[in-house]
Amino acid sequence: MQTITLHSFNGGIHPQENKFQSTQTPIAQLPLPAQLVVPVGQHIGAPAEVIVAVGDRVLKGQLIAQPKGFVSAAIHAPTSGKVVAIEQRELPHSSGLEGICIIIDSDGEDTWLEDIANGSQAIANYLEADNDVLVNRIRDCGITGLGGAGFPTAVKMAVKGKHIETLIINAAECEPYITADDMLMRERALEAMRGIQILMKLTAAKNCLIGIEDNKPEAIKAMKDALHQVHGEHYIAVVTIPTKYPSGGEKQLIEILTGKEVPSGGIPAEIGIVCQNVGTCEAVYRAVAEGKPLISRITTITGESAEQPQNVEVLIGTPVKHLLAFAGFKQEKSLFQKFLGSLSSKAESSESKPRIIMGGPMMGFTLSSDELPILKSSNCILAPSQKELPANDIASACIRCGLCTEACPAELLPQQLYWFSKSGELEKAEQHNIADCIECGACSYVCPSQIPLVQYYRHTKGAIKEEHAAQQKSDRSRVRFEARQDRLDREAAEKEAKRQARTAAAEKAQAAKKAAAAKAAEEDAVKNIGADQSSADQTNTEGAKPEAVDLEKLQTQLDAAQAGLKKSMDKVAEIKAGAADSDKEADTLDVFEKAVATRRDKVKLLALQLAEAKKSAPPVKKEISRDDIEKKLRAQQDRIDKTKQRFELAQEQGSETLPALQKGLDKQMQKLKELEADLAQFDKAGA
Amino acid sequence: MSSILIAIALLATLAIIFGAILGFAAVRFKVEGNPLVDQIDNLLPQTQCGQCSYPGCKPYAEAIAAGDKINKCPPGGESTIIALADLLGVEPEPLDAEHGAEKEVPMVALIREDECIGCTKCIQACPIDAIMGAAKQMHTVIADECTGCDLCVEPCPVDCIDMVPMATTLQSWHWDKPENLIISTKKEAI
Repeated sequence: MQTITLHSFNGGIHPQENKFQSTQTPIAQLPLPAQLVVPVGQHIGAPAEVIVAVGDRVLKGQLIAQPKGFVSAAIHAPTSGKVVAIEQRELPHSSGLEGICIIIDSDGEDTWLEDIANGSQAIANYLEADNDVLVNRIRDCGITGLGGAGFPTAVKMAVKGKHIETLIINAAECEPYITADDMLMRERALEAMRGIQILMKLTAAKNCLIGIEDNKPEAIKAMKDALHQVHGEHYIAVVTIPTKYPSGGEKQLIEILTGKEVPSGGIPAEIGIVCQNVGTCEAVYRAVAEGKPLISRITTITGESAEQPQNVEVLIGTPVKHLLAFAGFKQEKSLFQKFLGSLSSKAESSESKPRIIMGGPMMGFTLSSDELPILKSSNCILAPSQKELPANDIASACIRCGLCTEACPAELLPQQLYWFSKSGELEKAEQHNIADCIECGACSYVCPSQIPLVQYYRHTKGAIKEEHAAQQKSDRSRVRFEARQDRLDREAAEKEAKRQARTAAAEKAQAAKKAAAAKAAEEDAVKNIGADQSSADQTNTEGAKPEAVDLEKLQTQLDAAQAGLKKSMDKVAEIKAGAADSDKEADTLDVFEKAVATRRDKVKLLALQLAEAKKSAPPVKKEISRDDIEKKLRAQQDRIDKTKQRFELAQEQGSETLPALQKGLDKQMQKLKELEADLAQFDKAGA
Repeated sequence: MSSILIAIALLATLAIIFGAILGFAAVRFKVEGNPLVDQIDNLLPQTQCGQCSYPGCKPYAEAIAAGDKINKCPPGGESTIIALADLLGVEPEPLDAEHGAEKEVPMVALIREDECIGCTKCIQACPIDAIMGAAKQMHTVIADECTGCDLCVEPCPVDCIDMVPMATTLQSWHWDKPENLIISTKKEAI
């Protein structure tokens, strides 16, 4: 076996461990709570999507919310029962914000889902199974990191293309009071070790280092025994590391075990390392070898206010209240309350809120109520007495002693960061790498002025993130604004181009028409000369016909031109009457006035031509035959039929053209009647 | 005498050479547009609200570069004024109340969709195309893109647009700054 040289990280502190209180008894099974509150967003990434409805009966281990997106995790029913509500509830988070929770009333039977109970989901020879199958199983079982951050394990394992040299198992558990991983290793070392084997297979890591602080000799022994049981070759090693807070920080543990530093802003995978919590390994083993989803975890319940500090296996979603009751939580009364209590018993009702911390004393946060549920990442519930962990709300001025700099495990300059944070100099704080702060609280712990340094850093980190988001948004807004401006300009240009094209086309058409008319007149003249040369009869019979057609044509042209003129004039009047304020309308006015002028000219021209044509060819009385009228009548009827069809279609679709069509139909009917009258008259005359 | 002539000739030659280099550089490395305007534009919040009386952030940036006051941007508020003062090397001034007050929390427009008649007036008013919809179809605001500029509220004929404060989510929440608790003597808390 190769010897492992241990390294060390800068700073760190040695707070009182307070771990013995909760390691005296084995892990207890918590009695089933009457109601469970299961939040759908317990992990880093997108909250899961609820797939059950209120009133549904669910079985233990049943999927109740499926992952949404790549970085997300499934949520399962922790026990059998009925979904009584799906609603926004306060989350156990330092923000105190609300999130969607599935509330399940347990039926007390704790019945497993059939598939899980009969073991059909289990993968027996998991070390020979396909990696994808294993990763999918881990994903389906909703495994997330149990160390604290709650990153979905399947996502971490699915990192492809990265060469992983070393798998590091974080079993340091450096934070005072917490013993959940310690007890897990003592009692379930074999399961954890098999989980580690699965993770090694998935990452294809060459070796594996399990880092355990030397204050857990039982756990180290249990893990070593388990290692001998599962594994002959020695590429997994249990490494005892000196006790120092925060050696359980991911970057710190990597530095201790390998001497390598994770680059600023990077992830361990960049230097060929993947880190997993030992509890996660056990959960992975359960998911793969037993097919059981992550519905419970080991949580430490400790602190002087708890009569029986211990570790319990607790279902995810169990209200903290239930856990406290199990551990014999007695709310400590302050001197003031005791005084009041001796005066009158009424004061008993006005109890102050119990102070309960989720997580450890260094990195945990105070819960706003004891109704909040246990999450996948809740490794400890701390109920300290006032004396044990005094509330720190009085800070003195910074005396620039520099103790915080000595304590900082991330090798930052906490004092500088404090000044920058206090004065809101975000840019400078960023330049001093505030993003690398792991918020371990070592600086606050050593501060003789009791300045809540970490809170300043957390605020500043948040403010920097917010500023970056705002900057990104404003960049996006700029792009959108400029795109819109471009679009508006383009549209205006297109409109202008279209308008010019239309005018050009109209002028061209006008010119072509004039040319055609001139040509026609010339041809007519030529024809007339030709016709003159032919016999007089022919002139009477054949020459009259084109003349008559021309006459009619000219008449219709004149009518059309007059109608157009009227329209244009109307439009001009309308525009003049309407607000002629904007330049745009003035433009259109010009156009219409021009149109009026040209149309007026045309009308004049046509009228002249018509008069000339009439003069040159005295109107011949047209012989109207009965056939002609009948033909017209039939055509008219056809037209009416067509219009009717269109009208019905429009009616069906509820089109806007309905009134117009109605008008047209009426007109055509009128014409039909006229034609019928004509026919009758013709018949009469003939008779 | 000849040494003086040589010196003059040498200096003249050098002057011509450097002049040519400078002339070439001026053409080759010519900066398009005014870089100061872009820098100022980067500091402005890009709400395009027009509260500064210019039709957008870029025109205001151009005006500032031309010597206008830097305290006309209510959405940017104090932080923008300070950043502009830093950039331009002038004294920061308090926000000009004539152009409006700085909002405490970022706002976002919300259309009461049942009441929307689909007139598209707000779509035309939105400076960053953050409202979706078509004629006689319900409109809706793309909340992620909305800058809270208020410009869509006024044109709405049925008054169905509200400006609501942006909700805090678990992603956007962050810790408050600790209160200034520094006192000279420590008291034991009861």
